Amino acid sequence: MTADRTVRMFGGGAGELTAPAKSPTALEAMRLAKRYRGTWALRDCTMSVPAGRVVALVGPNGAGKSTFLHLVAGLIAPTRGSVRVFGEPVGQRAAALARVAFLAQDKPLYDGFTVAEMLRFGHHLNPGWDDTLARQRLAELDIPLNRKVGKLSGGQQAQVALTIAVAKRPDLLVMDEPLANLDPVARHDVMRSLMAAVAETQMTVVLSSHVVSDLTNACDWLVVLNRGQVQISGEVDELLAAHRMVSGPAELADGMAARMPVISDSRRERQADLLVRTGPGTPLHDPRWRASGVSLEELVLAYLRRPDTTALPRPTLTTT
Amino acid sequence: MIKLRLDPSSGVATYLQLVHQVKHALRLGVLMPGDRLPTIKEVVSDLAINPNTVAKAYRELEHEGLVVGRPGLGTFVRRSLGGGSTADHSRLRRDLAQWVRGCREAGLDQGDMEALFASVLADSVQEGIA
Repeated sequence: MTADRTVRMFGGGAGELTAPAKSPTALEAMRLAKRYRGTWALRDCTMSVPAGRVVALVGPNGAGKSTFLHLVAGLIAPTRGSVRVFGEPVGQRAAALARVAFLAQDKPLYDGFTVAEMLRFGHHLNPGWDDTLARQRLAELDIPLNRKVGKLSGGQQAQVALTIAVAKRPDLLVMDEPLANLDPVARHDVMRSLMAAVAETQMTVVLSSHVVSDLTNACDWLVVLNRGQVQISGEVDELLAAHRMVSGPAELADGMAARMPVISDSRRERQADLLVRTGPGTPLHDPRWRASGVSLEELVLAYLRRPDTTALPRPTLTTT
Repeated sequence: MIKLRLDPSSGVATYLQLVHQVKHALRLGVLMPGDRLPTIKEVVSDLAINPNTVAKAYRELEHEGLVVGRPGLGTFVRRSLGGGSTADHSRLRRDLAQWVRGCREAGLDQGDMEALFASVLADSVQEGIA
């Protein structure tokens, strides 16, 4: 429990992780699609996420986030395409499902149960249950085991649900809007607690949210779903490094826009502000233009307003 | 043990903010050789940031030879930063404190002093290059 990531990086594993991540790919969707009656909730969704990442799945309401997460957890079957978790097709083998924990939006707790009873329930249902981990986490969070779940605060309920998911010792934890309906303090507490669990277990996490600012420092991989399709999938640092807000004279904006892909274009009388995708370190030769970095939130909003643009890894980056 | 913090409005990448803070602590002697840095779990459960970000910062510090990761024990400071002896530091600190008093008497506020210091520093760097 005291093991340090730095140490494990050099020591080659402290033996805590029972299932070694042989495949460096945690999650792989190939042309994944889901239709409910006449409507496509997800269309032609292809992406690949390396193991050990904390993935932010963002997009407007109705973009297909929940559908995607349910497909990954094997709770529903795809209409077309496939999804693999650590190389195993989802929903075909119980062993593959045991590696995934799913935390639904409406926290799956029983109000009439005490916290201790919820733990026994989790223990009973999950062969790989880590009871020591569960009890230690709840003790650190000062959540009394004899309290009825219904009597806990919203933040504490979220922590109990997270604890149960983590005690399953999954290699992939899937969370649908884990921060919805929580106040800012509880949101921060849940994220702190989740990050500690990631440091301890090195599991891969996929969590959806429509509040990007909550995820900025916690997630290192971004997937943006829009209108049922993947619009962005990539490492957060790389995405931020590859985008710039450039500001300069409006009369030169067309020339600038012709040189690199423009994601957002805002022009006033004299000044133009373009959010552009640049190569790493592409210089702006013209001193009349100023370039500045963008925040994750600005980046996501700019793309969501332009559903026809994408930022997906080049084929060379996705190999193994 | 030092406590790492974040400035969300700084625009500086999170891992670099951590690197800068450790270096700053090394320069000021807040961290000394042999001291242990907080574990990755300690940092992330404090700041709610991604463990990979902390690992990246610690790797960078290790790469620069400032810290060393000892398996099972943690990450430790290997050497301190900053030139000059401790005696030099205390003398220069006294001189600077006197300079600050002089500035205050002349009616300069903190922003004026920072700007003046930065400009003199920049001039001296320029002279050094030329």
